Amino acid sequence: MNEQRFRLFAGGRIDRERAVRFDFDGERYTGFAGDTVASALLAHGVHLVGRSFKYHRPRGILSAGAEEPNALLQVGRGAYTLPNQRATQVELYAGLSATSQNRWPSLRFDAGAVSSLLSPLFPAGFYYKTFMWPPSFWLRHYEPLIRRAAGLGRSPTEPDPDRYEKMHVHCDVLVVGAGAAGLAAALSAGRTGARVMLADEQSEPGGWLLGSKTAIDDAPAVEWIASALEDLRSMPEVRVLPRTTVTGYYDHNYLVALERVGDHLPPGTGGARPRQRLWKIRARQVVLATGAHERPLVFRNNDRPGIMLAGAARQYVNRYAVRPGESAVVVTNNDSAYPAAIDLSDCGMQVHIVDVRSRPPEAMAAAARQRSIEIFAGHALVAAHGHARVREVTLASLDAARTGYTGTPRRLSCDLVAMSGGLNPAVHLFSQSRGRIVYSPERGCFVPGESVQAERSAGAANGTFPLAYCLSEGREAGKAAAAAAGFRKRGGLRSPKVEGEREQPAEAWWISPPSRAGAPLNKHFVDFQNDVSAADIALAAREGYRSVEHVKRYTTTGMGTDQGKTSNTNAIAIISQTLGVDPSQVGVTTFRPPYTPLTFGALAGRDIGELADPVRTTPMHDWHLAHGAAFEDVGQWKRPWYYPAAGESMQDAVDRECLAARNAIGILDATTLGKIDIQGADAAEFLDRIYTNGFRKLAPGRCRYGLMCGEDGMVFDDGVTARLADRHFLMSTTTGGAARVLAWLEEWSQTEWPELEVYFNSVTEQYAVASISGPFARALLEELATGIDLGPEALPFMSWGEGRVAGIPARIVRVSFTGESSFEINVPSDYGLYLWTTLMRAGARYGITPFGTEAMHVLRAEKGFIIAGQDTDGTVTPDDLGLGRMVSRHKDFIGKRSLARPDCRRADRKQLVGLLTEDPQTVLPEGAQIVDRVLPRPPMKMIGHVTSSYFSANLGRSIALALLRGGRERHGERVVLPLPKRRVAATVTAPVFYDEQGERLRA
Amino acid sequence: MLLIHCPWCGPRNEDEFSYGGEAHIVRPAAPEAESDAQWADYLFMRTNRKGLNLERWVHTHGCGRWFNVARDTVTHRIEAVYGMGEAPPVQSRGGG
Amino acid sequence: MPASEYLRQSALAALGLAAKAGAGPARGAGVILRECAPRAQLCLRGGPGADFEKAVEGVLGVRPPLESGMSARNGDRTLLWLGPDEWLAVLPDERSEEVLSRLRDALAPLHVAVVDVSHSRAVVELSGAHARSVLQKGCHLDLHPSRFRAGSVAQSKFARCHVLLHQTDDAPAYDLYIQRSFARYLWSWLEDAAAEFGVTVEV
Repeated sequence: MNEQRFRLFAGGRIDRERAVRFDFDGERYTGFAGDTVASALLAHGVHLVGRSFKYHRPRGILSAGAEEPNALLQVGRGAYTLPNQRATQVELYAGLSATSQNRWPSLRFDAGAVSSLLSPLFPAGFYYKTFMWPPSFWLRHYEPLIRRAAGLGRSPTEPDPDRYEKMHVHCDVLVVGAGAAGLAAALSAGRTGARVMLADEQSEPGGWLLGSKTAIDDAPAVEWIASALEDLRSMPEVRVLPRTTVTGYYDHNYLVALERVGDHLPPGTGGARPRQRLWKIRARQVVLATGAHERPLVFRNNDRPGIMLAGAARQYVNRYAVRPGESAVVVTNNDSAYPAAIDLSDCGMQVHIVDVRSRPPEAMAAAARQRSIEIFAGHALVAAHGHARVREVTLASLDAARTGYTGTPRRLSCDLVAMSGGLNPAVHLFSQSRGRIVYSPERGCFVPGESVQAERSAGAANGTFPLAYCLSEGREAGKAAAAAAGFRKRGGLRSPKVEGEREQPAEAWWISPPSRAGAPLNKHFVDFQNDVSAADIALAAREGYRSVEHVKRYTTTGMGTDQGKTSNTNAIAIISQTLGVDPSQVGVTTFRPPYTPLTFGALAGRDIGELADPVRTTPMHDWHLAHGAAFEDVGQWKRPWYYPAAGESMQDAVDRECLAARNAIGILDATTLGKIDIQGADAAEFLDRIYTNGFRKLAPGRCRYGLMCGEDGMVFDDGVTARLADRHFLMSTTTGGAARVLAWLEEWSQTEWPELEVYFNSVTEQYAVASISGPFARALLEELATGIDLGPEALPFMSWGEGRVAGIPARIVRVSFTGESSFEINVPSDYGLYLWTTLMRAGARYGITPFGTEAMHVLRAEKGFIIAGQDTDGTVTPDDLGLGRMVSRHKDFIGKRSLARPDCRRADRKQLVGLLTEDPQTVLPEGAQIVDRVLPRPPMKMIGHVTSSYFSANLGRSIALALLRGGRERHGERVVLPLPKRRVAATVTAPVFYDEQGERLRA
Repeated sequence: MLLIHCPWCGPRNEDEFSYGGEAHIVRPAAPEAESDAQWADYLFMRTNRKGLNLERWVHTHGCGRWFNVARDTVTHRIEAVYGMGEAPPVQSRGGG
Repeated sequence: MPASEYLRQSALAALGLAAKAGAGPARGAGVILRECAPRAQLCLRGGPGADFEKAVEGVLGVRPPLESGMSARNGDRTLLWLGPDEWLAVLPDERSEEVLSRLRDALAPLHVAVVDVSHSRAVVELSGAHARSVLQKGCHLDLHPSRFRAGSVAQSKFARCHVLLHQTDDAPAYDLYIQRSFARYLWSWLEDAAAEFGVTVEV
């Protein structure tokens, strides 16, 4: 189908030199560059493009823009495909492939359309009333059924091959919409030197002027647009973004816009350029020049293909050079349809006008009659006829009350109905900005009320429709916005000359009465996308729904992907008529972002794949990689979990690593532990207030293990702190707690005790740390270390010293998390890998073995050392852990008072215990519950749970730590842990399984 | 995304900051002397007004300083930003 | 590999940037990326106050800038404002120990902290015609020349990590100070972000 039978011979904003081939539902078509899919299909006379959501009624192209509820297509193939694309906005590109949605097996014959015949059975609230009972049926039967019937396109299943970018920008003035008002605003703001962004959703700026024959300064409007753009381009601080929809207006003038950078290009041709770019804009001032959407009129079968908005028909004629049919009936309650009728007539269509007002506008009517257009004043459309395309309409004279008809109805044959129910300002962004929208009875529409944010509306978006006013309001808004942002320029811009327009008032008239009193209104469609009819809305009102928010949810009106851009005002008007109140009393639903749907790709941006989240690595990472480490994620860190040798299982590797650490040397990359440098005259006093135990008396050169509680008395982190000098400490924290603990110290220092002289600096990343443990650790280190005595007297357990290791300046700290004699070697990070490789080489003859976090967990559990965050969960006090001796009685500290609360002193609190399973080979799952009494099935009274559980190669059996109610009094008791399909019995013990006296670690 | 004026770094996006709860809650000088009820009040009870709240924020991804903000929880309007230890330049208001 | 060859390894050493350098488009690249050689970075906490400022100036020859978001420079020594009582002194790597001890001595009587953080952060230089656009992809700071210019400093979120940003030239050129463990992530992120403008790696 290459013949564009309905393409006009001249005019339009299309490039006739560039034919573009595309296909729709498997048929091949040709359009021109500059076409949308909708305009190109109309050029071939194709109006039927989809089926409706609920009744599967044939639907055509209603609009020429973002408000389109019907013409939703699946566009693109394979991984590039996108559902629910508005044919009225999708620009044509070579090879574009589009298919209609909601139909099976084909658009012309659709099996689902049978539900249309049953429509009386699907009233408002149908789902709520029908699929209520029994509840178990929801998941298994109703929901899948409804989902299958719902349709609305499909999302791609392949990974998205396109790039999506985000941009964070600031501007003085953001102008949304580049129609007449928006261009005028950008011009007047831009000339002050302010940073101006002008975002417009269309492929070229100009708004509805592109589709009009209006003259500005005695020349076609497009010339004024071109010169305005040229002026804007000459301003270095002005950025014009076409194909960019501002989709959200958030707090403090933060707006989000989607730029469709490459959607109009054949897929896969963008190279490194993104397909879409999400702009996050902080604007000091905003001008909303978002224009208006035309309202449909509500009459029987007003949803038939071939029935479109009058303004859209005009766009297709003037902007796209498409004649949308042969014979048109233009039906209206206002003046704006007259120029549309004239344009349709001038392009060769036969035209009739049906004006519900009894007095049509004189000059416009005269111009129409000159073209032999017959005008039926005081008439309304009773119904449209035809199925896949409108064929005929019935019209009749309205009676005096305007709730019925007089005289004999007439029939007119036509293949196009162009309707205009008046204009709705596009107040979506204004409403998102928290502005209240108000009903204007004079204009018969909702308009922006008072601004809440630094924002102003201009032009049609503000309910100002005549062009001359749009231009001047836009200009003033731009100037005022720039001034409010601190930019002024003397002298005004000249007002462009526009032909005066004097309009007859529109009539607030929404819906055609039924053909006879009492006839159903179930084919008078209000919301096309969700198939909501006037009957549904009236039913909701009759059933007692008063709030528009409730009517919306009950009927689903305005809940489609178009969010009711064409339907909301009509719905409100019908509610108000049914209830006999003013539309202002019905109120409006809340407009929520996004204005038009966003892709997940745009929201994710480049935060995908390896950039989805930072991977933090230590200086020794590449050694771990090269030596086959399996990694564990600890926060964003990658830590070696275990190092499997060829043929080893995880348990094999962990066993080998655990044995090596107790019998030879184990080496652990401990770089990730948090390290905080603490300095100041009051550093010791500060630590005394933070830790449960005392630090004042700690001698320089020595280290102390400390427990930190929240003010609620619960343990939240632990670690060893070394006193480097009288006024200088180095605190270590858990890996996960590093940032939190630093923030905690800063918070107390800055907000509660600013008088204490103390500074905190993170040095976590400054030092790489290799920790060696085991009977030969000292011997190895003595080979490599210089300038430091490593003997147990000179450098005892819980002390530190400085020297050189392998020539690198190092701090050696004698702490132990494994329970073995250990040396923690800290060197500047850039030397970490060298330190590690040197230790590995020199340690080979001692059987040095790298061990990962799993072996570390086993080794420390053998010793009963806790891991804050694993054996504690924010409800555990020091005493619960058996560390009551670390709670100072002689000083206050954070959380101390809470430990005296009755709940913290209960004898039956959960306390840390050891568990030894009766079968030594059974390893309890962490999280397993200890119950009071085993019953055949839950619920059972739970008295504790397993926090850590491993197989210990050193002990040749399983071990576990658990929190158990009154646990300290239960050592020796037998408890039972019910697991799926089995029960495990265990004996309660003290939470230490190895070297209870700690002789090994002090060695 | 609120725009919060850090007293040192100037206006920055909300996601650079961390929220620190209600401001002007003073830690008792002698916690041991507090009754359980008084301590619970300090520890747990917050006003949570629907209206203008005085609250603490810290510029986590900036200078790291704590400061106070008077913010309306209905409109998100920020009426004042002031230093730790300073008296609020506006009074909180709204239902508790 | 002989020990001396990897005695000192930068955070990005494993990426083989030297091999990448020269492989990219030599001319016309919109973005140039470079891992900066190690530099001494000393965190100064203290002041503000005349004693503190004078003592620092006495050692470094640079007075700590008191205005937020600013830096001060004298020859090869730069002080970056990090907070009302916090600065980062940046100087040639070889002077790190000497300056550290001189600073500690000079400031000893005052309430201060001087901490060597030279290995804590990697520094990546980003320059080229589209450098600002690359930054704007990951950072919401207002980097317009009227707000942020050579000498300006800011800490902020960048992509999914924390960054210290220092504009070094109006051309523009920026130094990004990034926590060492995040350096590879940031480098990959920058290379990916710069792809649409053409990117050259320099060493």
